[in-house]
Amino acid sequence: MAYLGQIAFIVIVGIASVILTKRIRRIRQNILLGKDTDRDDQPSARWRTMLLVAFGQQKMFKRIIPAFFHFLIYVGFIVINLEVLEFVIDGLLGTHRLFMPYLGDVYLVAMNIFETLAVLVVLACVVFLWRRNVQKVRRFHAQEMTKWPKLDGNLILVIEIILMFAILTMNATDQLLQTRPDSGYATTGTLFFSSLLMPLFAGLDTSTLIFVERFAWWFHIIGILAFAVYVTYSKHLHIFLAFPNTYYSRLVPKGQMDNMPAVTKEVQIMLGTQPENGESDTEEEVGRFGAKDVNDLMWTDLMGAYACSECGRCTSECPANQTGKKLSPRKIMMDTRDRLEDVGKQLDKGENGLEDGKSLLDDYISREELNACTTCNACVEACPININPLSIILQMRRYVAMEEAQSPASWNAMFSNIENNFAPWKFAPTDRFNWADELVTENRKAETEDRTND
Amino acid sequence: MNKEVRVPTMADLVAQGETPEILFWVGCAGSFDDRYKRVTKAFVKILNAVGTKFAVLGTEEACTGDPARRAGNEFLFQMQAAANIEVLNGYEIKKIVTACPHCFNTIKNEYPELGGNYEVIHHSTLLQQLINDGKITMKGGGSFKGRKITYHDSCYLGRANNIYEAPREVLEALDADLIEMKRCRTKGLCCGAGGAQMFKDAEPGNKEVNIDRTEEALATGAKTIAVACPFCMTMMSDGVKNKEKESEVAVKDLAELIAENNQL
Repeated sequence: MAYLGQIAFIVIVGIASVILTKRIRRIRQNILLGKDTDRDDQPSARWRTMLLVAFGQQKMFKRIIPAFFHFLIYVGFIVINLEVLEFVIDGLLGTHRLFMPYLGDVYLVAMNIFETLAVLVVLACVVFLWRRNVQKVRRFHAQEMTKWPKLDGNLILVIEIILMFAILTMNATDQLLQTRPDSGYATTGTLFFSSLLMPLFAGLDTSTLIFVERFAWWFHIIGILAFAVYVTYSKHLHIFLAFPNTYYSRLVPKGQMDNMPAVTKEVQIMLGTQPENGESDTEEEVGRFGAKDVNDLMWTDLMGAYACSECGRCTSECPANQTGKKLSPRKIMMDTRDRLEDVGKQLDKGENGLEDGKSLLDDYISREELNACTTCNACVEACPININPLSIILQMRRYVAMEEAQSPASWNAMFSNIENNFAPWKFAPTDRFNWADELVTENRKAETEDRTND
Repeated sequence: MNKEVRVPTMADLVAQGETPEILFWVGCAGSFDDRYKRVTKAFVKILNAVGTKFAVLGTEEACTGDPARRAGNEFLFQMQAAANIEVLNGYEIKKIVTACPHCFNTIKNEYPELGGNYEVIHHSTLLQQLINDGKITMKGGGSFKGRKITYHDSCYLGRANNIYEAPREVLEALDADLIEMKRCRTKGLCCGAGGAQMFKDAEPGNKEVNIDRTEEALATGAKTIAVACPFCMTMMSDGVKNKEKESEVAVKDLAELIAENNQL
């Protein structure tokens, strides 16, 4: 019977690990549906970007208030997880506060630091709940932020608050039990914040106290495991994917659009300038020009979709969105993720998810949204973890223009002007240099006038 | 000051066995748009005045393909790029200056992968260099001294290529009172014309982007809105007209402001 707790613990951790592994594999397979792109160059620049942007939260601090509270939760998450290490070992060995005898005063200090952070996390979560639901920050109330996305945001905050209270409850009852000689709980010393909760439980008898203490312990560890599974279905996946997402950032100037080598080849064939030693015989599969569905996008775009935390900084900086157009860069990322998840679910069922009669274009993202983008890079600049919604928009525009020839009529007119007149406007190419004659004439006239005035 | 202007073409120079220091890439707007032609002319006057040995392509120049690529027509873009690169490489061009941030971005960042490698600078950077080198000297107590000017960041200079300071330094050299809009530099609001939006109507919304931006510019109280891009020029000028402020507020390119200040 003595091992019952340990066995239960191992079973629970085991179940959680199986679910989690399955889920992580699914997400990985979904991301790898995307096309390959080489992002392994310049490792030192990549590490630097990751350290600054993800680890150092550099871009978060463009907006100081949310950055500050987000930072509290971020530090809390990392540091409090050190305590979870003890939880796991205690759970496996059936011990209680295994590290305490070895660490002595350091243990007391560490516990007090954890508790302080837990209180700060609660504070930050309350502020965020208030911002989302009372203060009505505009970016949290866009058309795409209803139903699940809205609930998801609130759920995370509430779960975090509950988990933090589980820690504090556990420590409060633990400290009460330390005063009861019959409990056998070893003395930790005063844990400041949880000791404030002690009056709540002071009236309980020892066995009830032990039950509450154990319940809080189990609640916290099971809560963390459940949260870990939940995270993979939630926008909260950014806590892990922010790191690879920033590592694999685009390092070229933002204005540079990715080249399409397949098109270069076609153009070279057309112009008869194909290199003599060209690998023309290696007929690689070209696939579609541009993107109609998720598998036409690059895997980095798909990872971005899973990494997106739906904060909406991109959308709040987007000129089209600011002036009431349908385009929202955040929605582009959310739609991509939704489509990926739908495809993944069908693949899990053994169906061919990509040929279900639906596609990212039209069924998720409308042409009106795509057409409204000014390619100004405000969304790319704004993203705290270097997601690039513009990349997806551009690839989908390419599909519409080159595979379907369905670009807006005035764009088609512009295309034919460029093709025929070598300018986007309908001017004769022979008139291109007329400005120089005008300049010389105007200048002579001005000089003559000057001389007359003199 | 010698006011004679010359606009040598590459073809002429090559025929005379000469090579210019720099090629001035005029761009489609600079060649055809009546308003932007004045910027081209102002810039050419400056190049003449400081004695820079430059040339233009004249009728051999063609659209870089920027709007085609951004609208998704990669094929057309690459056709344009191939033709332009052939001309540029044929003349062994090393250095290019252009007043258009879209041409600048495309030639600088996108042509190298297609075989076109040049040193490309935007005219704001060149103007700043000329000022720093003392080749352009500002007339003391010039017409802009203390006048309120606001600068509208071009996305393709700023966010796309991190050029935020050169245009501002040019304006400061005018001794003008530079006032920033709330959305400036990395947070600058697009004029609404990039990404080939220039060539179609905007999607339905509450407001046009250029109107929003113009309102912000006018709110600074500036009498001059400085721009460094032909699309921004058109959009901001239209915005000012829409607000019926064209008699009080001028939209000017950096090159025009310098040419005006130095009575070129």
